[in-house]
Amino acid sequence: MAKSESKRETANPSVSQPQTVFRHRLSTRIWHWVNAVAIFVMLMSGLMIFNAHPRLYWGQYGANLDQPWLVLPRFPGWATLPTNYDLALGRHWHLAFAWVLAFGLLAYLLWSLFNGHLRKDVALSRAEVAPAHLWEDIKKHARLDFHESEARYNPLQKITYSLVLFGLIPLLILTGLTMSPGMNAVLPWLVDLFGGRASARSIHFICAMGIAAFIVVHLVLVVLAGPVNEIRSMITGWFRLSPPPASSAGDSA
Amino acid sequence: MIITRRNILVGGAAGLLTGCDALGKNEDFRKLLALGEKGNFAIQRSLQDRMALAKEFRPEQRSPVFRVNGTHEPRGQAYATHVAEKFANWRLTVDGLVARPQAFSVAQLMAGPKRSQITRHDCVEGWSAIGKWTGIPLKLLLDAAGLKSQARFLVFHCADKMGFGTPYYESIDLIDAFHPQTILAWALNDQPLMIGNGAPLRLRVERQLGYKQAKYVERIEAVDDLSKLYGGKGGYWEDGAGYEWYAGI
Repeated sequence: MAKSESKRETANPSVSQPQTVFRHRLSTRIWHWVNAVAIFVMLMSGLMIFNAHPRLYWGQYGANLDQPWLVLPRFPGWATLPTNYDLALGRHWHLAFAWVLAFGLLAYLLWSLFNGHLRKDVALSRAEVAPAHLWEDIKKHARLDFHESEARYNPLQKITYSLVLFGLIPLLILTGLTMSPGMNAVLPWLVDLFGGRASARSIHFICAMGIAAFIVVHLVLVVLAGPVNEIRSMITGWFRLSPPPASSAGDSA
Repeated sequence: MIITRRNILVGGAAGLLTGCDALGKNEDFRKLLALGEKGNFAIQRSLQDRMALAKEFRPEQRSPVFRVNGTHEPRGQAYATHVAEKFANWRLTVDGLVARPQAFSVAQLMAGPKRSQITRHDCVEGWSAIGKWTGIPLKLLLDAAGLKSQARFLVFHCADKMGFGTPYYESIDLIDAFHPQTILAWALNDQPLMIGNGAPLRLRVERQLGYKQAKYVERIEAVDDLSKLYGGKGGYWEDGAGYEWYAGI
């Protein structure tokens, strides 16, 4: 934090050459965009499938005469894929892009383990998870101050990415498999793990909503942190560090 | 139109949506998408032991009410007569590519060897219900009829007509046909099948979704090719609504 502040204090308009850093390696960028497409298709086709029976239950079974814990109105056409009700086509989309999502994540995680991305960029250090440090990071987020995290992920970012990479998406994949009667015969313990098919369907929906919430926050933060620079860095890999305030006018134009 | 950031966002999103809808209507793209489910079929069949059983439950784990879905009561005088006669003249024929075509009465089937299983019925729409099914293993009927070597699928012809005007029918391959849990059920929860649940006979293929569980079965036909029947996709919903033939996911 001292670094970014000192940079601002020593603002010098004559130093106009912005400093760029290489922030995202190729594997991260490819996975990000492939996964972005897959996640959107999965969410929207998932809402189409949900619309076929917009009720959620806990336990081994659940149908109209059983007690649901959540009943929702059908999601509107703009949120579903396809727009008009078509369960078969929604399932075609969902079950095709499930392969992209699952094997994309698997390839990315294996590759990131191999090239050190997980260890160097995502794993939290002991110092980072110290409460005082986390609190500092929360306060910075509340002030919309993202300068420190320009070159590296900040602790809140690391925690969030870890939750998505190792929590939400794997849970979505496993609960998705649990809903398949064919897979139940192959992996019966999976149904037991989630407490039944109706429970697995509920967890699947909750995780999907978690992903949707992540996307909203992710996009808001990208906009707040400078969308052109952020998106460019996820395409080319190169990120332009904030120039001193004096020359910042007109940036990201 | 004034170009604003909002317009670009809304327009862009709408454009993407219509683009996806257009893609979904494109025949070639649909075939590409369908590869996902064909892949599921291939991988499930390669991972699944042929005899691997669907999970069976304890009696107290059953749904309090087993929901009726699809046809609630087949239309027409023929079925009404069968109901009035308590299905005494209902015949299940087994024919097609078999050495010895058969016809069984319901009483004959009920007197034969039986299997009971408490299993979960998963509708493609997302709901599930658990019930106890009792019936005769399909394998016994096939053994009696003697499948010819060209036979590759079994088609289940049903007594109900639904919205698309054609009779309900479904089909399975021989792996599922000879699976120990594949039965022609005549009882649900120790009671004779109710009309809504498929009286007098219904197929149970426990490792697949609900639309495979054909109700009101009158005829089992052994065939070598599904493309010659009705819409050619191997089932009523497959022909009419585009559901995948393999319903294991």
